[in-house]
Amino acid sequence: MSARARLTVGLAAVAAVATLALAPGLAAQDTTAVDRGVRIGIIYRPGVRPGLVVLPPQAGALDSVERIISRDLDYSDRFELITLPAGDSIRVATTAPAPPAGPAGPAAPGARPATGKGTTGGGGGGAATAAALGGLNYPLYQALGADFAILVRAAPPDSAVVTVHDVTAGGVRREFRAHLPPLKDPEFRMAVHRLADRVLEATLGVAGLAATRILYVLDGKVYAIDQDGADVRLVAAGDRQAMSPAWAPDGRRFAYMELGQGKGTLFIQDLTTGKRAAVGASGQALDFTPAFAPDAKTLAFSRATDEGTDIYTLNIKDHCCLQRLTVGRFSDNLSPTYSPDGQRIAFVSTRAGQPQVYVMAADGTDEQLFAPFDYGVTGSSYAPDWSPDGQSVAFHRDVGGTYQVFVLDVRTRAVRQLTSIGRNEDPTWAPDGRHMAFVSARAGFRQLWIIDVETGRIRPLVEQSGARLPAWSPRLPETTPSTH
Amino acid sequence: MTRLSLVMLSGLAVAAVAAACGKKQPETAPTPVADADSAAQAAERARAEAADRARADSIARAQEAAERLARQRAADSLAGLGKTSEAVKTLLATLIHFDFDKANIRPGEAAVLDQKVGILQVNPGLRIRVAGHCDERGSDEYNLALGNRRAIAAKQYLVSHGIDAGRIETVSYGKERPLVSGHNEEAWAQNRRDETEIVAGGDALKQP
Repeated sequence: MSARARLTVGLAAVAAVATLALAPGLAAQDTTAVDRGVRIGIIYRPGVRPGLVVLPPQAGALDSVERIISRDLDYSDRFELITLPAGDSIRVATTAPAPPAGPAGPAAPGARPATGKGTTGGGGGGAATAAALGGLNYPLYQALGADFAILVRAAPPDSAVVTVHDVTAGGVRREFRAHLPPLKDPEFRMAVHRLADRVLEATLGVAGLAATRILYVLDGKVYAIDQDGADVRLVAAGDRQAMSPAWAPDGRRFAYMELGQGKGTLFIQDLTTGKRAAVGASGQALDFTPAFAPDAKTLAFSRATDEGTDIYTLNIKDHCCLQRLTVGRFSDNLSPTYSPDGQRIAFVSTRAGQPQVYVMAADGTDEQLFAPFDYGVTGSSYAPDWSPDGQSVAFHRDVGGTYQVFVLDVRTRAVRQLTSIGRNEDPTWAPDGRHMAFVSARAGFRQLWIIDVETGRIRPLVEQSGARLPAWSPRLPETTPSTH
Repeated sequence: MTRLSLVMLSGLAVAAVAAACGKKQPETAPTPVADADSAAQAAERARAEAADRARADSIARAQEAAERLARQRAADSLAGLGKTSEAVKTLLATLIHFDFDKANIRPGEAAVLDQKVGILQVNPGLRIRVAGHCDERGSDEYNLALGNRRAIAAKQYLVSHGIDAGRIETVSYGKERPLVSGHNEEAWAQNRRDETEIVAGGDALKQP
């Protein structure tokens, strides 16, 4: 009760700050209090995403960087992105250069000086530098609905500086600098994506998904694409039909299967060098649906033989120790996916007649039904993918003769239907645990889409017909050094 | 109250219209195998048959009839060709078809497998590979397992009729290699199949 009372006081104080601009000392105190307790109620407005504006780039500087970051932040689905009216007045107000005159330096017309309270947002070190830029017109951006404003600047010769303004607190929250490879460098976009992820970290304190890629199959070849739909690269192409790419936990390698002569060979390929090596039976059996264990030493996969299909594991570090996890002489067991702690494996089994999603311990014991179904009523279920946060398993299920994506809550075993338009299948979780790529025919033919499970927002990822079997990477490691 | 019932009525009307629209045309019987002439004839006769029968089981029966005729025709042409090695090969390659998402041998397909049993019996050096295939509707990865099941089903039939298991290899292509393109039941029915190919001992095959 007393907490609530304080909260109300805090609210009142903030309102007072906003309207009357009280003395800096008092304001700082109150905004600090707001930071810790009431902020969620005011700045982050429950149920409403915080507003974010990406400021127009300064003349000639990092246009593409700014665009990529804007899109990444938009695709994070965590902000209301505010588009600035294309008026010069705003441009002037945002980017007016100023001499290094300290925190109370000259500001754009109408701007309230970014005084002491500007340092309360946790930005610390960056505040002085940003203040040197001249204060932002915080009330203006607040009026536009922005809670945060992002400014991207070039820092010659080869770096970019991103300033994160906390509009509501009226100051710089954080500023960071990163080395950027040349525009033509294959690592350029990923370096920019990492900046976007750092903005997410600085504003909301959550890990983003900008620096990730998605593997998929098209016309029998494996491609990789940035999560924002750019930079498509062919990563594996052979004479044979490639299927089922799966990322290694380190984000540097992936496994996939090649179907030839009706047999399936598993390969593990290094994304940096392009070198690949066959694993398992290598053409003697039909091995498919590989899945790395989180320890990266074990590869689980399905093997189809004269006895049906069963799940096996292989030690890929020492190339030994083939282990059979399921024994289903009269049923098929396939499509393994590890829980992030590596303790359990969800998989598809036909032991009850129709394919459904089951779970077992990683050593093959304790098999049980995972996603509940009504026999003869619920449609067949396929292609489970365990979420990186461990809480959900996505899969697709037959609903009235077509497929829809479902999410199983691991704790309650409740199943929720996520899609309903067209045929939707083969979901793969993003590392943020709230986005998912999947195959959908909602636009008339099968292509890849991304859905934000929280908001239901959906966007196309790969628009070529026939793209399928997507696999979303973990957060990708840096391959080039960067300064901070 | 009146308005409510009106709404309900109109709702019913919409439902009725929707139901009427949703009614399917009687599906035509697929023409599974053999040369174009006989298949077409068979399908024609099958169509005539299908029209007379009850809608519920017409499709299945017509399909069986079509296949029976096709097989008879194939056997006749075999006789015409003088039962050469090539003709035996053709007979051996006769496809086996399956129901959707099923891997059991349909009663009508046993005769096709019996022919293969006969060929394998009189040609002890012959080794074959049975490849299971699926239609485009199922899940990509699951279909590899389903195709494998279909190949196993044929192998088990042959083994249970006295053929050594070591002479029969099973593989699966899932839905990756459709025989015919097309997105209708006729195409799907033809794509749900086992293909049989010769691995070794295929020269100068004797007739059963």
